Amino acid sequence: MFDANFIKGCSAIGAGLAVIAGIGPGVGQGIAAGLGANAVGRNPGAKSDITSTMLLGQAVAETTGLYGLLVAMLLLFVQPLV
Amino acid sequence: MGQGILLSDGVDFMIKGVFKYRFFGHEVWITTTHICMLIILACLIIFAMIAGHKMKKAQEVPTGFQNVVELIVEKLDGMAHSTMGSSAKKFANYIGTVFIFILISNFSGLLGLRPPTADYGVTLPLGIITFMLIHINQFKYNKPKAIWKDMCSPLPSWLPIWLPINIISELAVPISLSLRLFANVLSGTVMMALVYGLLRMVAIAWPAVLHAYFDLFSGAIQTYVFCMLTMTYIKNQIGEET
Repeated sequence: MFDANFIKGCSAIGAGLAVIAGIGPGVGQGIAAGLGANAVGRNPGAKSDITSTMLLGQAVAETTGLYGLLVAMLLLFVQPLV
Repeated sequence: MGQGILLSDGVDFMIKGVFKYRFFGHEVWITTTHICMLIILACLIIFAMIAGHKMKKAQEVPTGFQNVVELIVEKLDGMAHSTMGSSAKKFANYIGTVFIFILISNFSGLLGLRPPTADYGVTLPLGIITFMLIHINQFKYNKPKAIWKDMCSPLPSWLPIWLPINIISELAVPISLSLRLFANVLSGTVMMALVYGLLRMVAIAWPAVLHAYFDLFSGAIQTYVFCMLTMTYIKNQIGEET
């Protein structure tokens, strides 16, 4: 129906739009890091526990952004719509 | 291929087939993932054999290599114990093995190998193993009635409206676990391929900083997260009393 090159161009635009998903995890990880710094300031003795909990939470929050990245990669390299 | 700037200019992070053979009438490829994984496994097995040989004649006061081996085992056991408490004994071996394998796989980007964990065929089985462990332990430590009640959890157990949603959320666990590890390592690989492919002339020495972030930091964090989440999910099913 459409030209293959047209679909490829639209796929590239879609890939660019898909990685906008990175905004959410960025904000979330920033909030987690800020609260982690806050907690270390209140209770410096628990620094290692706080750090490991923060990193775990940040890595889980990162997943949604990575889904956006995966969609972009699929659109660019697998090209399911062509 | 006409895929624009990305693949035309020496940027290459794809999995490549090395040779193919026929397996029950199917064409099967041995890819770079298999070869990198075999290299890593060979290194790990040699290390394990040397370590086992050394520990057979362990000394009271450890020196040199024995120190390193004891440190590794102690740290991995400590990690399992801090999360799983008294039930850590049964899982410490598995968690330690998976931890070392994923860690060395992620670090292998430093040596010019393509990290095996940047292939979804490697991380999905790891996620499925976690899924099986979660549910085997669920059936082992809980009564069927308690499991049914847990699956209908926000509503009372005679009204299973939430059951399909809970089942979907259970099935999402291995997928999100494996995709998290896969996408993190893949994004590092792609980024390094872009730096080396597009900036060939200027990429001297300073990409070491990027390697330190994408391979060492990100790889170590994702390894830790995978093992922590596996242990947390299993611990949730075992419960407190045992």
